Formats: sequence, C-alpha cells, structure tokens
Amino acid sequence: MKHIRNFCIIAHIDHGKSTLADRLLDHTGSVTDREKQDQLLDNMDLERERGITIKSHAIQMEYVYEGETYVLNLIDTPGHVDFSYEVSRSIAACEGALLVVDAAQSIQAQTISNLYLALENDLEIIPVLNKVDLPSANPEEVTDDIVDLLGCKPEEVIPASAKTGLGIADILKAIIERVPAPEGDPSAPLQALVFDSVYNPFRGVETYFRVMNGEIKKGQNIKFVATGKKYDADEIGTLKLKQQPKQKISTGDVGYLITGIKDAREVKVGDTITDAANPTTQAIAGFEDVKPMVFAGIYPVDTEDFEELRSSMEKLQLNDASLVFAPESSAALGFGFRCGFLGMLHMEIIQERLEREFDMTVITTVPNVSYLAYTTKEPETPLIVNNPSDLPEPSTLSHVEEPYIKATIITKADFVGNVMSLCIDKRGQITGQTYLTQDRVELTFDMPLAEIVFDFYDRLKTVSKGYASFDYSPIGMRTSKLVRVDILLNAQPVDALSALVHFDNAYDIGKKMCEKLKELIPRQQFDIPIQAAIGAKIISRETIKALRKDVTAKCYGGDISRKRKLLEKQKKGKKRMRQIGNVEIPQQAFMAVLKLND
Amino acid sequence: MSGIYLHIPFCKQACHYCDFHFSTRLKHLEPVLGAMHQELRDRSGEVQGEVATIYFGGGTPSLLKADQIGAFISAIRKQYTVKDNAEITLEANPDDLDESRIQAWKQVGINRLSLGIQSFEEEELRWMNRAHNQQQAHSALALMAQHFDNYSIDLIYGIPGSSPEQWEATLNTALGYNPPHISAYALTVEENTALEHMIQTGKSPDVSDTRAEDDFKILMQRLDEARYQHYEISNFARDGYYSKNNSSYWLGKPYLGIGPSAHSYDGRTRRWNVRNNIKYTRALDQGESYFETETLTDRDRYNEAVMTGLRTQWGVSYHRIREEIGPKYENYLKMQAESYIRKGWLFEDEERLFTARAAKFLADGIASDLFMLNLE
Ligand SMILES: Nc1nc2c(ncn2[C@@H]2O[C@H](COP(=O)(O)OP(=O)(O)OP(=O)(O)O)[C@@H](O)[C@H]2O)c(=O)[nH]1
Ligand code: SF4
Ligand SMILES: [Mg+2]
Repeated sequence: MKHIRNFCIIAHIDHGKSTLADRLLDHTGSVTDREKQDQLLDNMDLERERGITIKSHAIQMEYVYEGETYVLNLIDTPGHVDFSYEVSRSIAACEGALLVVDAAQSIQAQTISNLYLALENDLEIIPVLNKVDLPSANPEEVTDDIVDLLGCKPEEVIPASAKTGLGIADILKAIIERVPAPEGDPSAPLQALVFDSVYNPFRGVETYFRVMNGEIKKGQNIKFVATGKKYDADEIGTLKLKQQPKQKISTGDVGYLITGIKDAREVKVGDTITDAANPTTQAIAGFEDVKPMVFAGIYPVDTEDFEELRSSMEKLQLNDASLVFAPESSAALGFGFRCGFLGMLHMEIIQERLEREFDMTVITTVPNVSYLAYTTKEPETPLIVNNPSDLPEPSTLSHVEEPYIKATIITKADFVGNVMSLCIDKRGQITGQTYLTQDRVELTFDMPLAEIVFDFYDRLKTVSKGYASFDYSPIGMRTSKLVRVDILLNAQPVDALSALVHFDNAYDIGKKMCEKLKELIPRQQFDIPIQAAIGAKIISRETIKALRKDVTAKCYGGDISRKRKLLEKQKKGKKRMRQIGNVEIPQQAFMAVLKLND
Repeated sequence: MSGIYLHIPFCKQACHYCDFHFSTRLKHLEPVLGAMHQELRDRSGEVQGEVATIYFGGGTPSLLKADQIGAFISAIRKQYTVKDNAEITLEANPDDLDESRIQAWKQVGINRLSLGIQSFEEEELRWMNRAHNQQQAHSALALMAQHFDNYSIDLIYGIPGSSPEQWEATLNTALGYNPPHISAYALTVEENTALEHMIQTGKSPDVSDTRAEDDFKILMQRLDEARYQHYEISNFARDGYYSKNNSSYWLGKPYLGIGPSAHSYDGRTRRWNVRNNIKYTRALDQGESYFETETLTDRDRYNEAVMTGLRTQWGVSYHRIREEIGPKYENYLKMQAESYIRKGWLFEDEERLFTARAAKFLADGIASDLFMLNLE
C-alpha cells in the first residue's frame, strides 16, 4: 500500500488537465509511441472533436523513483460545472490532487470550486502552474495568486508546460513525496467507492472503483449498497491503457469491475461496493442520486420516428445514467419525451449523440428548470412542474417556487460593473464581492437557476469580453412570481414554444420571442401572424409576410442541373422542418428563446 | 433536332450583378476561340439529326468581329447538318452596335439579335455598371429594329432604389419599338458579385421581393395588353417569335454547349465545361479533360421536367412523364399537385399541369414542393 499514490487532476475548463495527463503517461512510459495521441484519455468521439472532457478517466501508471516502484492511479476529470458531482466522486477516491492553473488565465471559478471539493475531502493539493511556455503567461503573478489562494509557499507551486514537458519530473516527484499513501484496513470487509462507470456495448457496464478497505476478488459475490443489488465479480482488473484482468484488487488501489450489468442506471456513481455475505457497516459518505437540473422536450422531426427515438434514448441511457426521460405529448409536436439533463452542456451533448450515434434528427424544445406549484385548493402539496404546460391555471394557482443557485463569477475589476448589471438583470442578488488580487474579483449572487438557462453564458462572455468564469451550486427553492408566455402561430397556440418566465420580464420576453420567431421562420406562401400571450391576453404580435417571389431569374446557359439542385436543397430544408398547422417551423425556432439577445 | 450554344467568355467590363462566366482580359480571346473550334470539331459526332438553332451567348459575343462569328457559322455548317431556316442568334450589347457591324453580322448568317438593353434609365444603367448609356440604348434599339425583323431585348426589373414608375417607363419605351420578343429578368443577388458586396457593406439597398413582384405584375399586365404571349416566366413573344434556343432548355431538348462554362444535354446526360478560359484552352490544346458530366436518374429527369414545365405556358406534360419517365412519377406528381390545384395556384387539363397566372412568381418554389427526393 505504501507504494500506491491515488491522485486526480482538477482545474478550470481548458487549463490543460488532459494534456498534462498525456505528459505523465509519456514520462512514466505508460504508453508506447504508437499509442500516443493528444488528450489520449478523452476517448469519446465527442470529447476528441470538441476538445473537452465529458467523463472522468482513470489510468494506472508505474514509476520507479529512487529505486522503488510506485503504482500511480491518475484520474482526469471534466472541468465543466455540469459534471461537478462526478468530479466530487473522483476526488473522494484520491489522496491527492494536482490543481492545474493556466499561467495566462490564472485562477478561475472552477479552479476554486474544485479546490474546495478537494479540501473537503482532505486531499493533498499540489499546485501546478501550467502553460508557462505561452508568451502570454504571467508566471510570477499567477504564482502569487495561487499562494494567496492556498496559503502555500511559492516554492511548492510547480511551473510546468504540458506542451513542452517542462516540470513533469517535478510533478511526479511531488506526487510520490507529498501525496500520502492510501490508508485502510486490508482485513476489514470490502468497502469500495464507485467513482465512475462506462458502458461497453460488448461487455456491459464497466464500474470504476477505489478500494477503501478490504479487497475485492475475481468471482466474489458483491453488493452495491445504495441499490441493494448483488452481482458476481466476473472480471476485475487494473486500468492500464488496456484493461489488465487481475485476481484481486487490494486496499488503496483503483480498478475496474465487470458483472454483466447491461444498464448504466444500476451502477450509481458514489455508491459503495461491498461483500454480499460479509457487508461493511458503513456506506461511503457523499453519495447522491444525481438530479437533473434542466428539462426539455425531445421530439422526433418526423412523428413516425417516435418508437425509434424511444429505443435510441433507452440505449443512450444505458451508457449515460444521468439522462432521465419520460414520455410526454404535445399538441404541436405529437409524441416525444420530457428529458432531464445535468445542465445545458449535457443537454447539447445528448442532442448531439442522438444525431451522431443514432442518426436521429430531433427537435429540442425550450429548456426549463423544475418548479414547484402550489394550488389554492391544496396549498400544502406541491406539484412538480417540469414542463410549462403543467403549470396550473392562474385562477387556481397559489404560488410557485423555483430553484435558486449560488453563482460564483470571477472576472477582471474592469468588468465588475458589466457583470453586476447582467446578474441583476437576471434577477440575481449580490451576496459577496471579494478582491482575489488587485485586478481579479470574485462576485457571488443568489440567482434563479432558470436565468442561467436563458442566454446567460453567451451574455456573460460578451459583457466580460471573455474574461469571466462562472460556477454555481444549488441553494434550494424560493417563491417566485412566474407566468407562462404562450406563442400562437396563425392564431393556433403552439405548446412546444411556451415558456415559464418571471412576471416582470414577461412582456419583454414575449416581444423578443415574436421578433426572434419572425426572423427564424422562413416566409411561406401566406401571411403568418405570431402572437405572444399570457392566458387570454395578447402581449405582443408580429407578422411574417407572405413570400411573394420564389423564382430565380435566369437559367445560366442551360444550367438546368444547378437550378434543380438548388430546388432539391430547398425541398430537403423543408423536410427538416416541422409542420404545425400549415406553418413549417425549423428546428432552431424551438430554441429561439435562448438566444433572444443575439 | 438540337441546338448549338457558343459561349463567348469576354466582356468589356463587369456588370455589378453578373455571375456569368466571362473575363475582361481580351488578350486570351484568340486562343479561346481556337479552342472552341477544336471543341466543335471534336464533338460533331455527338449531334444526331439537324441543328435547328445556333446561339452566340456570353459574355459579350458582339465583341467578336463579324468574320470571327462567320468562321464559327461556316465551321458548324461544314461539320454538322444545319437546318435550312435555322435560327442563328447573336447576343449583342448596345455599345457594340453600328450600321456596318449589323450589316456584316447579317452577311455572315446572323438572323436574330438579342440586345442587352436592361434599362432606359441613365441612373440604373450606371448603378448596374453597364457599358452603355441611355442614349446608346435608344440608338442601338432603333438601328436593330430597322435591320432585323426577328430580335429580342433584355430588360431588368426590381432594381433597388428605383421605382415601379421607372420600370413602367422603361417598359413603355421598349414597347414603343414594338419588339417581337422581350426577356425580362428580376434582378437577383448572386454570390460573389459586386452587387452582393455592395449590399453587405450597406453601399446599396437590398433587393426586395415585394418590389420585384410589383414590377412583375406591371410587366405581365402591360405585355398582356400589348398582346405578347407570356410563354416562360421571363420570356414574352409575339406569335411565332419564341426563342427557339431558350425554349429547347425548357422543353428538355438536346443542346450542345461549346466554350468555357458551357452546358450540354443529350437527353440523358448533362455536361458542363470548366469555367476558366486558361484551363479550357490548355486542356483542349493538350487533349486533357475539361468538363464534368452527370447522368440523370429518372428522379432527376422528373424533377427537371416539373421545374422547367411549370415555368412555361406549355406546362408539365403528364404524357411525357408517363411515357418517358414512368407511370409512378405521373401518379406522384398528381398527388403532390392536388393541394396546389385546390388553392388555385396550379391548374390542369387532361394532359398537362400549369402554373396559374397569379402564382407564376412562386413557380420555382412550387416546383420544389412537387419534387421527389431520394428518400421517397
Ligand atoms: N501552450 C500550451 N498549451 C497547452 C498546455 N497544456 C494544454 N494546452 C492546450 O490547452 C488546450 C486545453 O487542454 P486540455 O488538456 O484539453 O484541457 P482540459 O483542462 O483537459 O480541458 P477540459 O477537460 O475540457 O476541462 C489544448 O488546446 C491544449 O493543447 C501547455 O502547457 N502549453
Ligand atoms: S455584359 Fe453580360 S455577361 Fe458581361 S458582365 Fe454584363 S451582364 Fe455579365
Ligand atoms: Mg480534459
């Protein structure tokens, strides 16, 4: 045990975690030249393409240091706030953390939130000042920032470049010397923490775990504490670049487990694995059932594809347990699903995976958060509202509660004013303003989560010229004055375009929605009135004027092909649109409210 | 019967709206013409039967000297079988017209002119960057009317910043000469043209389709009163003066296109030559390939028949679709057309499907809706 080191890499988005992991793998000889590629651990197509980490990735390295061989278990974590629960479980599986800070960008919101998570779990923090090779790097100043944040000595901050390989040996040395070896009782009943799971279409769910106490053996009958389910450990092993089956994994070590589970929902990140016959008395603390934060309807573009969509969603859920969905129907869109996501990035990922992996073209409706509605009849029993159409009639409605978050924004002093007015515009109340350094300010707000969903990230980026980072955590429900804004096209209400908004913003949002839809819905062969309404009251209107010309003038020297292809494309475009009544609506229109300020 | 189209890819200056293939570097003229003669020789085997039309288009074919034009005509007569009263058209720009050239063109065999007037308004001509002015527009037209019985004029409407009154004035001026044929095109903003750039940078107001439609209505109204047949969306003619060349495009007849960027069709395969004078010349010189081809599937031919048919007074022939493409296409067409017939935008008789007068300006969009895509 004393030769094992378990550590994770945490940082703000894009500060270089995955690239640093590459260098550590190189330096310890864990990958051959042939296996090398950038951000090697980001093995999902989507991760590679977008250059972001979506899932935690674990890998085991061996490293000889001062004549002794050490086993280093590395966990690379996603930086994005949508996945902070996963990060917290990865952190719980380790004794140490490399806190990577970009030498050009310094401390950002997720640097801090992840640091606190690590500190809560008593991890040894090794600060790494990454990207010192960048011309824009500011090593002295950023080192000071880190020293201020951690209360460490400047010499403890390791200057590094994941690009050039600078500092990698120092980092490995620090891991071995500073991160404590795992502790635990090898003779106690098995107690292992599930920190991640991955779906493999051939082998079923692979569970990644860290043994806290006892040991796990191949063939052992085991139990998941939270789900209460029992399985046989068909295969266990360690996580080299390729999995290496083993007979047993002992206290302090990290490994994978295959039991033939086919449904990712049976393996809950944060759950405790124990022996079925001789269970531990203690589940590992910190387990939570992840709750979706954002809801939206997903509908097939072609109504006939509903069953196919269902089976695609089910398959997707097999490998992404954080996706939840239930069938729903919409007058405008027919049958589809109300889906719950961890956040906006997660929603985008699901949509993209449906298209990419299942070839399903879908319409995603306006996302919303989960509200609690209280009626005058039963003022004690809250109704869960995950869909605008579930909001009770204004006449029977007593009040509504909406989820609030604590938002943390770190920005430059110059942009404090802009950021504040944005947050106040978003119904935020400022709760704190701290100067981290002379030029960098941390602002905290209590804010409705719903406001983050509506066009927040883009605006934050704009008002801060990109110099703001953002993080949030839920702080419970608060009473709110909400109304539903409905949209009517051609005098027909289109339920899929309804949105729940705060009363004070309703008129403004209604107006902007009409304007946006006017822009997005192509002109058709007749006039289309667009109206926004609260109940029976019309609050805004626009008209899409009928298309009056749909011919091209000249056919260039007999170039019939080009013209035919143009018109074929026009028809294909229409096929991707959804016909509601006699109006053709393109997919983007359903998400229009999110981009009202563009 | 087929037509031969010769593309003369040169102009004096670039009109702002134009995305046709042309070059203003006249020094390549001779080699290009040489290569075109080569192409004519190489492809004589492709034409079955008589050549009914020869058309010099461009670019600006009136840049050519009469003997250069004549050389093409006699080459064609030598290598192909040309019908006795074949229609031989030359596209001409007003600034190239004078008495002696007109005589010379007639002498080498040109029997139809198509004059690129575009407008009689000085401002509009300048805004479009045409090479001629108002006065030249008038004198060229007068001269042409004097010497040719069979001719056409091109006009452009829907010009941003000008008014329907100006358009009507241009039309009336044109009608004053009593031309047997008029082509009138709505100004469209094509990609990568000066016009597109001017609009994007705010130097010109954008074209407006309500304006275009208003002008189109004036056009239909005035030419109807003046007893022209509206035989294709952009083409109007007195009886017997349809452009045989253009009609062949709409009627799906074969044509041979010679020169850079020219298109050809043999009833099954479309082909287009490279859109570059130097590449074209070099390829012909060295016996390399200079064109691409596309063999039409039944579905392509169906889509084209619908697209072209709905633009003409002859409509889409059910008979032709049934016999030449297949009965399932005829059924599909009838099914798709139903809702448009109910709305009164299309109408049919036993044999044909037509675009109603009021829906003519939507003809391409309607055609697109009637198309068959590969998924169906
Ligand atoms: N110049 C320079 N670029 C670096 C260095 N480390 C990482 N990068 C670049 O920074 C970008 C982000 O690197 P990643 O390793 O994907 O960052 P990450 O922290 O894993 O990102 P997420 O997983 O999305 O949070 C990539 O373009 C890297 O090539 C470095 O030391 N120097
Ligand atoms: S003269 Fe004709 S081909 Fe030449 S640029 Fe003008 S419009 Fe285009
Ligand atoms: Mg990463």
